[in-house]
Amino acid sequence: MAKLALELAKTSRKVPFDSKADPEIKKNVTQKSKGHSTSEKVQLENNNKTEFLSAPPRSLRKRIIVPTSHCDSESEYSASNSEDDKEVARDDEDDTEAVGLSQKSRVQSRVLPASVSKRTPLKKMKRDKASDLVEEYFEAHSSSKVLTSDRTLQKLKRAKLDQKTLRNLLSKVSPSFSAEIEQLNQQHEKLFHKWMLQLHLGFNIVLYGLGSKRDLLEKFRATMLEDSIHVVINGFFPGITVKSILNSITEDVLNHMGTFQSVLDQRDWIINKFKEDSSLELFLLIHNLDSQMLRGDNSQQILGQLSSLCNVHLLASIDHLHAPLMWDHAKQSLYNWLWYETTTYSPYTEETSYENSLLVKQSGSLPLSSLIHVLRSLTPNARGIFRLLIKFQLDNQDSPSYIGLSFQDFYQQCREAFLVNSDLTLRAQLTEFRDHKLIKTKKGTDGVEYLLIPVDSGTLADFLEKEEEEA
Amino acid sequence: MATSSVSKGCFVFKPDFKKRKISVPIEDYFKNEKLESEDSKLRFETYHLLWQRMKSETEQLQEELNKNLFDSLIDFLQKSHSDFQKNSGNWGCQMKLREIPTAALILGVNVTDHDLIFRSLTETLQNNVTPYIVSLQAKDCPDVKHFLQKLTSQLMDCCVDGKSKEVKSVKTPKKTNYSMDSLSSWYMTVAQATGPKMTIKKRTTSSQWQFPPVVIILKNMESFSTKVLQDFIIISSQHRHEFPLILIFGIATSPVIIHRLLPHAVSSLLCIELFQSLSCKEHLAVILDQLLLTAQFPFKISKKALQVLTNIFLYHDFSIQNFIKGLKLSLLEHFYLQPLSVLCCDLPEAKKRIKFLSVNQCENIRRLPSFRRYVEKQASGKQVALLTYDTVLKEETQLLLEDLHVYHMNYFLVLRCLHNFTSCLPKYPLGRQIRELYCTCLENNVWDSEEYASALQLLRMLAKDELMSILQKCFEVLHSSTTKQLGSTTQKVKDFLTQFQNLDADSKEEEDACGSQSKGLQKTDLYHLQKSLLEMKELRRTTKKQTKFEMLRENVVNFMDNLVRSYLLPPESQPLHEVVYFSAAHTLREHLNAAPRIALHTALNNPYYYLKNEALKSEEGCIPNIAPDICIAYKLHLECSRLINLVDWSEAFATVVTAAEKDANSTISEEMNEIIHARFIRAVSELELLGFIKPTKQKTDHVARLTWGGC
Repeated sequence: MAKLALELAKTSRKVPFDSKADPEIKKNVTQKSKGHSTSEKVQLENNNKTEFLSAPPRSLRKRIIVPTSHCDSESEYSASNSEDDKEVARDDEDDTEAVGLSQKSRVQSRVLPASVSKRTPLKKMKRDKASDLVEEYFEAHSSSKVLTSDRTLQKLKRAKLDQKTLRNLLSKVSPSFSAEIEQLNQQHEKLFHKWMLQLHLGFNIVLYGLGSKRDLLEKFRATMLEDSIHVVINGFFPGITVKSILNSITEDVLNHMGTFQSVLDQRDWIINKFKEDSSLELFLLIHNLDSQMLRGDNSQQILGQLSSLCNVHLLASIDHLHAPLMWDHAKQSLYNWLWYETTTYSPYTEETSYENSLLVKQSGSLPLSSLIHVLRSLTPNARGIFRLLIKFQLDNQDSPSYIGLSFQDFYQQCREAFLVNSDLTLRAQLTEFRDHKLIKTKKGTDGVEYLLIPVDSGTLADFLEKEEEEA
Repeated sequence: MATSSVSKGCFVFKPDFKKRKISVPIEDYFKNEKLESEDSKLRFETYHLLWQRMKSETEQLQEELNKNLFDSLIDFLQKSHSDFQKNSGNWGCQMKLREIPTAALILGVNVTDHDLIFRSLTETLQNNVTPYIVSLQAKDCPDVKHFLQKLTSQLMDCCVDGKSKEVKSVKTPKKTNYSMDSLSSWYMTVAQATGPKMTIKKRTTSSQWQFPPVVIILKNMESFSTKVLQDFIIISSQHRHEFPLILIFGIATSPVIIHRLLPHAVSSLLCIELFQSLSCKEHLAVILDQLLLTAQFPFKISKKALQVLTNIFLYHDFSIQNFIKGLKLSLLEHFYLQPLSVLCCDLPEAKKRIKFLSVNQCENIRRLPSFRRYVEKQASGKQVALLTYDTVLKEETQLLLEDLHVYHMNYFLVLRCLHNFTSCLPKYPLGRQIRELYCTCLENNVWDSEEYASALQLLRMLAKDELMSILQKCFEVLHSSTTKQLGSTTQKVKDFLTQFQNLDADSKEEEDACGSQSKGLQKTDLYHLQKSLLEMKELRRTTKKQTKFEMLRENVVNFMDNLVRSYLLPPESQPLHEVVYFSAAHTLREHLNAAPRIALHTALNNPYYYLKNEALKSEEGCIPNIAPDICIAYKLHLECSRLINLVDWSEAFATVVTAAEKDANSTISEEMNEIIHARFIRAVSELELLGFIKPTKQKTDHVARLTWGGC
C-alpha cells in the first residue's frame, strides 16, 4: 500500500510531460493517479452521455468519439484531460521563457499529426495552438457541469480545525529547507542600505515574490528605522481603512487634535503639512498593500498621493497575483515604484490568521463569551426571553427560508411563558438586546418585524448547553 | 511582535526626541558592501551634482518645448477675451459673445506627463493673462453641485493668493448654495474692486483689462461625466455676458471625443480651437539628444540599458517622466556599483581626482577588462611600468580619459552626420530615429552590419539635390561644434558642397557628349533592334565613363564611410569605457519593469531556482515530493479544471507528502495525518491569499480556480 502511494506520488507528477510515444502506458498511469479520486464519477457521467445524447454538442462529441477508437471510455477521458494540462503547461513555459521557441516548434511538430509537414510556418502553428487554448478555456468555463467528485469534507473524519489547533499542529512541523531560506533572507537583508538610499532619493519600494515579507520588513524596521518616525500598517488586518491610516498620521505623527470633514480634506491637510515643513520625515511600511481593504481605487489614490511627497517614504509589499493591476499609469507615477523581488518562502502565518479561511472553523469563542457576559447582567425574565428566541432559531436552523421570528409570535410565546405582560415591556427588553447587538430586526415583505440573533447556530447551541449546566 | 494585534492595524513609532541622534546622512547608505571603496562619499556627491545638472537640463528642455504651445494658447485667450472687452453692439459680435471660447488641448496618451504641463501652463497664464485660473479634475466633480463648489472655492482662493491680503476684506460667502448667479456677482464686485489696482501692479499689457477672464482648465476631459459637462456649459453660457469664462479642455485621445461627449446643442455653445502639443516621441528624441548624445554630460548608457529604457517608453507608457526616472536610476546604479565612477565627471575635475586615487582604486583600474586589453597591446617595458607603478598608471589614466573625452565629442558629431545621411533613405535601413542608429553603433562595428552596406548602396543612388541638402546639414552640424577636432572634416564637407555647385556648369558639356552617342540607331527590325540595344548596354556597362557627378558622389560616400570607420568605433573598444558607461541593463529591468507573476510562478513551479538545494533539482516541469507544501498544492491544483474538490485535493496532497515522509520513518500515526491536514490547510489558505483560488458556493466543499493556463 505504502509502496503504491510512493509510486503514485512520483508518477503522477511526471505524467503531463511524458512523451506521447506509448499512449497505452500513459493512459494507465493517468487512470491510476486520477482514478482513485474521480474515476467512478467520471465513468458515470460518460456512460450517461453516450447513451442519452443523440446529437451531442461539438465539444462533447470530440470527447466521446475518441474513446470509441480505444478500449474503454473512462480511461480515455482522463487521458484527454491530462493532455489539456500538457497544453497548458507547455504554454506557460512559452510565456515565461521566450528562449524555448525553437524547441517548442520541434515539440509541436512531433505532436501534430503526420499530415502536417514540418515546414508549416511557425506563426500558423502558433495561431492554431492559441485557438486551441481559447477553445479549451471556453470548454472548461461554458459547461455548467463540472466533473468533480461529490465527496464532502463532512464524510472525512477530520473536518475543520479551528485556528488554535491549527497553529499547534503546525508548530510541530519542522520547516523544510530552513538553511536555504535563511540564505535567501540574508541576500535580501543585504539590500537594506540600498533601500534606505533609494527611499531617500525619492523612490518608493515595493516588494514582491512568494512568501511572507513581514519578517523581512520587520527586520528592516528594527535595523534601519530606529531613529526616524515611521508607521507600520498591517494591510492584512481586516479592519484597516485609509481613514485609520490617515488618522494615525494626523493624530500620532503630527499631533493634530481636530477632526476633518472628509478623508480628502484630511489628505490635503497632511499633504500641506508635509510640504510646509521639509524637516518632517515619515516612513510608511505597509504589509500587503494589495489587501482586500486597501485595494480599492480611492484608497490607492490617496496612498499614492501621500507617497509622492518627497518627505514621505513608502516601503510596501504585495502578494496577490494580480496586484499590479491595481495601478494605472497615473497611480504608478505617483508611487514612483522600484520593484524588488524578495522571494522568502516563509509561511504567511500572520497574514492568513485573520482570514476566514476555507477549512478553518470559526471557533466562535469570542461571541460566546460576550453573550455570556451580557446575559449574566440581565434579569431572569430577560434571560428567559432571549432563551426563547434562541430555541426558536435553533429549531428552524435547517430551513433556508427562515428570516426570523415575527414580533407578534414572539410576544405570544413570551406571554404564554409568563415572561412579559404587555408588548411594551417586551419592546423595552428588545431595545436592550439591540443596544448590545444581540438581536437584529428586519422588516419582512409583509411589513412585519422579524427578530434574528446574528450568531451562528453552533455558538448558540454551545451557549444553551452552558446555560443549562449552570442552571 | 509589537506590530501584530487583533484590534489595530496601524502602529506609529516615534523615536525619543531627547535620545534622537542627528539623522544619518544619506551618503552613509551609499556604501556598497561588496566594494570596500572609500570614495563612496565623493561618488555620492558626484552623483548628486550630475543628477541636478541633468534634471535642470530636462526641465529647461521641457519648458522650451512647451513654449510654442503656450504662446499660441495665450494668443488665443487674449484674442477671444478682447472680443468680450469691446462689447460692441454689433449683432454678429453678440452672437459670438454667447459662445464660450474653448481651447482643446490635445496632449497625447502619456497621462502621467500631463500634470507637469498643466502646472506650468497655470503658472504661465497666471503671469500673463489672468489671476483667475481654476483647474478641475473629474474625480472631484461627480455632479454639477460639486463642480460649482470646487470652482467657487478655488476661484476665491486664487483671488486671495493673487492679491495678497487686500482682498481678504471681501467676505467669502460660507456655506451658501453655490450657483452661477452668486459666482458672477462675486466676480463683478471683486473685479471692480481690484481691477484698477492690478494695472498698477502688473505691467503686462494683458492685465490692463478691468475684467480679466476666468480660465477653467478641465484636466483629462474624457473622464468627466457628460451630464456634468453639458449642464455646466449650458448654465455658464447664460452668464457669459457678466462672467467672462474661458475653458481649456485637456484631451488625451482625439478631438472627436468632444463631439462624442457633448451633443450638438451643447457643443454649439462653444467656440472651440484645437491646440496640439508636441508628441511624446519627439519629446523623447529631444531629451535623448540633449542628455545622452552629447559630450556635455560624462555619463553614458550602454546599448542594452538604453534599449530597456526606450522599450519601456515605447511599449508600456509613453511617459517622459518615467523615462527620466529610469535615467535617474541608471545614474544611481552606476555610481553605486562602479567604484571608478568617481572619475565620471568633467574632464578637468577627473584629472584632479586621478592624482588622489588610492592604491585600491589603482588596482581597480588595472582590473578593468578594457584597461587590461589596452595594456596587452603596449610594449613590454611599458606594460610592467603600468602594472607596477601607480604614478605611471595615473598619468596614463589621465591621457586615456582625455582620449575618451575626445572620442565622445567626435563620436556624436559623426553620428549626427551619419544620421543625416541615413534618415532620408527609403525604408530606413539604419532606423528613422537617431536613437536607433545610436543603438546599432553602440553594439559593435556598424560598418560590418548588413544594414550599413545596404544604406551605402542606397546612398550611391542619391540625386544631387538630396545629397547637397544632406551635406549642408552635415556642415551645419560640424560647424556648430566648438571644438577643433574635426576641423579638416568640416573643410572637406565644404569643399564637396562647392564642387557640387560647380557641377552645374560642367554638366552641360556632359550632356553634349551623351547626345552624340544616341545617333547610332538605324531603322531595323525588332530582333536586330533588341540585339543592338543589348550590345549597347553591355558596352556601356563595361566601358562607361562615370560622369563627374557620379564620381563626386562616390567620393562623398567613401568619405562618409571613412569617417564612420575611424570615429564610430564601439565604446567597448575604448580603454576605461567602464568608467562612464552604465551597462547593468538587467537591474533596470528588474526594478522598473518587474514581472511579479512570473516570479510567483517560478517560485511555485520550480523551487530549485530559489532554494538551491540539490534535492529539489528535477527535470523540467516535474516537482519533487519534498518541495515546500505550497508548491505541491499549487502543482496539484494546476491539474484541475474550473472547480476543485477540497477532499480530493487534500487526499492527493496527503499521498504525495506521506510518500516523501515515508523515506524517513515507516509508521504513519494519526497525529501525522492531522499534521499533514493542517499543512494542507495552510497551503490552501496561502494560495487563496495569493489569488489562485477562491471559495465558491457552486458546489459544497469546492474552490474555484482563478487562473487559466498558468501565469
